[in-house]
Amino acid sequence: MERIPILKMGPFLLVTIQIDLYDRLALTLENDLINMVSQTGARGVLIDISAVSIVDSFMGRILGNIASMSRIMDAETVVVGMQPAVAITLVELGLTLQGVHTALNVEKGMELLNTKLIGNLEQDEEEEEDQNDRND
Amino acid sequence: MNTTAQVLEKNKERILEKWMQNQLSDASLRDDLMTSDELQRQSKEMLDGLLRAVSKGNHDNIYDTEFEQVTDTLRDISITRARQGFSPRETGTYVLSLKQALIEVLVEQRQDDTSTLYMEIMQLNTLLDNLSIVTFETFIKGREEVILRQTDEISEISTPVIRVWDGILALPIIGTLDSARTQIVMENLLQEIVNTGSNIAILDISGVPAVDSLVAQHLIKTVSATRLMGAECIISGIRAEIAQTIVHLGIDLSNIKTKASLASALQLAFSMTNLEVRRNDKNKGLNIMR
Repeated sequence: MERIPILKMGPFLLVTIQIDLYDRLALTLENDLINMVSQTGARGVLIDISAVSIVDSFMGRILGNIASMSRIMDAETVVVGMQPAVAITLVELGLTLQGVHTALNVEKGMELLNTKLIGNLEQDEEEEEDQNDRND
Repeated sequence: MNTTAQVLEKNKERILEKWMQNQLSDASLRDDLMTSDELQRQSKEMLDGLLRAVSKGNHDNIYDTEFEQVTDTLRDISITRARQGFSPRETGTYVLSLKQALIEVLVEQRQDDTSTLYMEIMQLNTLLDNLSIVTFETFIKGREEVILRQTDEISEISTPVIRVWDGILALPIIGTLDSARTQIVMENLLQEIVNTGSNIAILDISGVPAVDSLVAQHLIKTVSATRLMGAECIISGIRAEIAQTIVHLGIDLSNIKTKASLASALQLAFSMTNLEVRRNDKNKGLNIMR
């Protein structure tokens, strides 16, 4: 079965969606991603959807789910590279993806995750540093 | 006995003369928009066509092929007049004064035969009424085309996306925001964000005359879409009345960054991108330090 690769980059996970998601694939991705977060103890998830041209409400909900689940597991989610048409569709569907961070491209998304990570580190140093060492 | 068509054909010159007289004597004639020679030429063409059609024995159905030329000419005249800015009354008078001329001539020719005259007048009445309906339809269509073109132009010229700084876009909205325009505004803005890779978009609504709940909803949509793309959106140019309306309507803009003027929005954008604007020591102007 088709799978979307999840790459580990330091404390972050990088997912690049290169094909249009169908429902089963999206569910698999959600599942794999959350397992991966728990396995690696990742601090951030970056999803690149620049190649996705079609979304529906299900896809929007999956993105929201991934963000909420990651949040519980102490990882921030950033969705990057959304196409204008996709953004308009999501807004028209009433899905504004609350709780999901967004960025224009992967580079800016990484930057955002880094600043989030530093911000979190400053918040409660001790525990964060432990985790960070393990990730590195 | 002469048929109607023959009578009319014989008196063509007289009808044209009377028609021109009627048109020229009308107080509302716009000789500034059209010369009387031009009018004469137009009228003659029109009358020729009409008589040719009538001579084929068709008196009532103007959608038949015989009348194609007449209706075509009439449509041309009507559309031209609509574009030139003639009033509906002037355009209507053009056809209705022909009716008067025709009837006057018929009355002169048929003084001894009132029953035929009556029938003929009835027929002509229906015919010319139909023609005047065609005129009006075309006239209104012509005007509507003008309006549509203007609407298109307005929506095109009024949604420019300005790059005010590296990574900062501004979008001044002028005029009422309806669904169609919001769509255009949104598409332009999002496309420009992708093209320039900007982080911040400033939506300036000082040119929006009124904000109701629908307009506010459109604004919120635009802001959400911008946020989904990964850029921040600031709304600026909120006037006192608009702030009042928004609060009275109970619209929640607390999730959106709002500023009173474009200047303060730009300032906020600078501080969000860690830019600093400061005065040069020599007072030579503004110097921007990264």
